Amino acid sequence: MEFLTNCLNIVLRYYPSFILGIKTTLLIAFTGTIIGLILGLLVGGIKAIKLDKTAGTFSIIIKKVYDIIATIYIEVFRGTPMMVQAVFLYYALRPIFHWTYVVAAIFVISVNTGAYMAEIVRSGIQSIDIGQTEAARSLGMSNFQTMINIILPQAIKNAFPAIGNEFIVNIKDSSVLMIISITELMFEAKSIAGSTYKFTETYFVTACIYLFLTSITSFILHLIENKMNHSRTTIPQSSTNADALKIAKEKNYEPPVD
Amino acid sequence: MSHQLIKINNVHKNFGHLQVLKGVSFNVDKNDVVCLIGASGSGKSTMLRCINLLEVADSGEIIVDNEDILKIKDINHYRQKVGMVFQQFNLFNNMTVLKNCMIAQEKVLKISKEKAKEKALYFLNKVGMLDFAYANASTLSGGQKQRVAIARALCMDPEILLFDEPTSALDPEMVGEVLDVMKNLAKEGLTMVIVTHEMSFAKEVSNKVVFMADGIIEEQGTPDQIFNHPQKEKTKAFLARVIR
Repeated sequence: MEFLTNCLNIVLRYYPSFILGIKTTLLIAFTGTIIGLILGLLVGGIKAIKLDKTAGTFSIIIKKVYDIIATIYIEVFRGTPMMVQAVFLYYALRPIFHWTYVVAAIFVISVNTGAYMAEIVRSGIQSIDIGQTEAARSLGMSNFQTMINIILPQAIKNAFPAIGNEFIVNIKDSSVLMIISITELMFEAKSIAGSTYKFTETYFVTACIYLFLTSITSFILHLIENKMNHSRTTIPQSSTNADALKIAKEKNYEPPVD
Repeated sequence: MSHQLIKINNVHKNFGHLQVLKGVSFNVDKNDVVCLIGASGSGKSTMLRCINLLEVADSGEIIVDNEDILKIKDINHYRQKVGMVFQQFNLFNNMTVLKNCMIAQEKVLKISKEKAKEKALYFLNKVGMLDFAYANASTLSGGQKQRVAIARALCMDPEILLFDEPTSALDPEMVGEVLDVMKNLAKEGLTMVIVTHEMSFAKEVSNKVVFMADGIIEEQGTPDQIFNHPQKEKTKAFLARVIR
């Protein structure tokens, strides 16, 4: 009972700090996921392009070099802890960028997420039937047009649960960024615990806040996912556009089939 | 003398150690309907895919419109001339029927949305799918999908339309609707190369039948020559197996 009272007191007394922390956490997690997704689309999308069988030597070499760089990027950022990446990049690049903590944190979480997103995007692309690519190419679309117009929209839809999962992971894992003095939720919690000496209670409240944030996010992602799936399975009425035939006939469009 | 649209000369194609095409030669004249028949694995689909460069032949010549396509640089431009209809339809599942027919016109031919729509509706009407223009492609039946796929290919104004076993993935009751569309196209004089197992269709619609076995052309001629007076033993054996 006393435990809960203590918790309540901490919340009542320090809620401005918690709210500040939540704001920063969500800002970092959200922008990090979005920028990471864009990075992942670029890296994973280009990596998944298969060159034409008639491609010239030059394009083959460019593609090879690109693939190697992309693989190194993915392996390095997936294979080292984000906490280490944060400290290293913050100090290593500070002389160049003169950046603030928040910018550095968003940078780190973005490139880290980008590495995971690249793999998510790549596997999403590979889950699309090769026939979709062949059909698009047989209509004269280029490799790039096919990727942008046909493959990626379907791949992103398929990969949406995994992409959303990255956002949830980022809400939690951004906590390690307190190592570079970002005033996100974990950083606030640490200073509150330091001034109250009520460690168990403070971190219990913090854990509850994280759980609340991730549950809400998870719920919203489910709603979006259901909506997307719903639109896919709706049974179409034979949707006659009364004007369609009329227009087609009136304009008397003649095809160049001779 | 009619205009030779496709001239295939001594084409070879290997997949690793497997020789799929061992020197195939045949011609397609303008307005021809050529049916490629033969057992599974005889190389007919590979031959067809070589014509629009989904596969690249290892050696030989494939001359389309007086141009050796094995030497051309701009594949995308070439492919506009040669439409393809697939066994598995391959409609773009995330789009409506109409959008399926419009997207390549807009992106490849750079036609305005209005013009593309008009043309798409014209061809959808032609294949009897106008009523489904705003339906999602993934919700159609097989026969409907294939008719849309044909309309989609026609929207690019191809000089040649290739069909890779267009009815093999269909339920039997849907085969007719697709073949009817193809018969109409044949009547209008569209040049078509068709890989098919529908022997009665080949007999009725084509003006040239090419029988392939083990990567070579065993026999070719008019439907009458192939179906009624086959010369080679392999042809006779194949026909005996498929026509009952």
